[in-house]
Amino acid sequence: MSGSRPAPSLTRASLAPGGFIAVCLRSDVRLPLMGSGLCAGFPSPADDYVEDALDPSRLIVTNPTATFMWKVCGSSMVRAGIRDGDYVVVDRSLVAKAGDVVVAVIDGIPSAKLVARNSEGRLALDFADAKRTPLILDEASEALIWGVVTWSLTPHRPPAR
Amino acid sequence: MSRVFALSDGNSFYCSCERVFDPSLEGRPVIVLSNNDGCAIARTPEAKALGIRMGDPWFKIRDLCRANGVVAKSSNYVLYGDMSRRVNEVYRSFADEVEVYSIDESFLDLTRIPDAEGYARKMRATVRRWTGIPTSVGLGPTRVLAKAANHLAKKRPELDGVCDLTSAEARDRLLPLLAIADVWGVGRASVGKLEAVGVHTAADLRAMDPSLARSLLTVVGERLVRELNGVRCQDLEFIAPVRQGIAVTRSFGSPVTTLDVMLEATASYASRAGEKLRRHGVVAPHISVFFHTSRFSDGPAKSVSGIVRLREPTSDTLELVQAATRATKRLWSGGYRYSKAGVMLDGLVTPERAPRALIDAPDPRREALMAALDDVNGRFGRGSVFVARSGFQKAWTVRADMRSPAYTTRLAEVPVLRA
Repeated sequence: MSGSRPAPSLTRASLAPGGFIAVCLRSDVRLPLMGSGLCAGFPSPADDYVEDALDPSRLIVTNPTATFMWKVCGSSMVRAGIRDGDYVVVDRSLVAKAGDVVVAVIDGIPSAKLVARNSEGRLALDFADAKRTPLILDEASEALIWGVVTWSLTPHRPPAR
Repeated sequence: MSRVFALSDGNSFYCSCERVFDPSLEGRPVIVLSNNDGCAIARTPEAKALGIRMGDPWFKIRDLCRANGVVAKSSNYVLYGDMSRRVNEVYRSFADEVEVYSIDESFLDLTRIPDAEGYARKMRATVRRWTGIPTSVGLGPTRVLAKAANHLAKKRPELDGVCDLTSAEARDRLLPLLAIADVWGVGRASVGKLEAVGVHTAADLRAMDPSLARSLLTVVGERLVRELNGVRCQDLEFIAPVRQGIAVTRSFGSPVTTLDVMLEATASYASRAGEKLRRHGVVAPHISVFFHTSRFSDGPAKSVSGIVRLREPTSDTLELVQAATRATKRLWSGGYRYSKAGVMLDGLVTPERAPRALIDAPDPRREALMAALDDVNGRFGRGSVFVARSGFQKAWTVRADMRSPAYTTRLAEVPVLRA
């Protein structure tokens, strides 16, 4: 997610005796393909097809200014494919439509909610609890929507701790 | 050609940042305290209505806050800095020229925009929607008038957050409503002088003879009168030039009495200053270090400062820490209870414009080391890798008992969404 200038990455840092930090540097492994300008043999036939390195953040974050991340706690959104412990990417610049998962603020508490059309065709926040009537979204309650969830990130191999 | 300046700023900016990620604070009185939880530096209208003033010391208002349900927050500059960056990003999508004046105020050039007021309203709605921050916008043909308009936009709810002083008619109607104390650049001493000659509002000041303003308030007064009349003064002295200096100063959580701890503190401030230099792409020719005892304590008073020239202008943390360490050792005298220290860097230039040393040129690998340092600290949180001189205990660090998480910049601290 850094800028265009690739920075050397840190591969190992450890606390050496005497309290100093030992830092081991090696050049960046995320460099984009550079072509083969110094190739001694035949030039690579792939040179004309070189593209930028893949950067998942560009796929996930389309409007960085308005994008924030939240961490999910609870399982009510499993029906929308969002699990407990997932990170969700929330874009505040989007207008919610039916089928969206949104961050909704109800009584000052942010929670994940599904947006659906009710029987009259109006947009409403759908509570997982069938006993609660869906909350109709009109102009006055637009402010309830903090942002629209655009991605959820599920770790399938959580880092070992 | 007549210009259109906009001054846009965040309403109770720090408090608003807190409210974005804790919506339960909406409608409640909120204040943000200065470093070390010293005094109130931001207040929502609800807190102002309770009589809490800017700069009120926390220990004096704590009981009032408890009794009235005021939520007090320690300052969270990581969060405010990121939100400020986002707000300015939105400004940049609306205006070609954005001059960041402070963490929560920016001047925008809206010359050549057909309906500047409507445009400003659209921009304000976008900032609110994208970042959650409520803003006020003032428009005028000069910066002083834009600032005056901004003040009116904030104080008069009927303007709905945007005040347009680009027309002479609007200026005639609205400037009489602005007290001179609220005009940019008019300090408390000047208010007395102006009121003595019957000048009470911005409209009165505008009608003043510029030479009289000059004799009362020096050349700044004369420029104020001209700017209020719609005449741009290019070299306004109270408009600070962009990033000529960087200061990192903190009050200590508990008084510092030993050289070792002071060395840790100044080294860590120098590291932070180096980080700021690199972020702004500038280098510093010298570093100054200061520390002093508290004005409020009874013990013996001491205040020292000193400057160290660097071998060549640099933004290298290791060089800065070495220089700060040298200065601190030179300035140190024991037997005092120091309450605050800081480092300051000024005369900043871009590396191309800095003179280079002919011999003893710094190791080029150092630049890579600094880039790696910033990268790691950016990814894993500030202070993941640091110069050992800045210490591991940091007993002197500030008190910030009520600080909110770094919601937008640290993965481990993103807000929790109930599902």
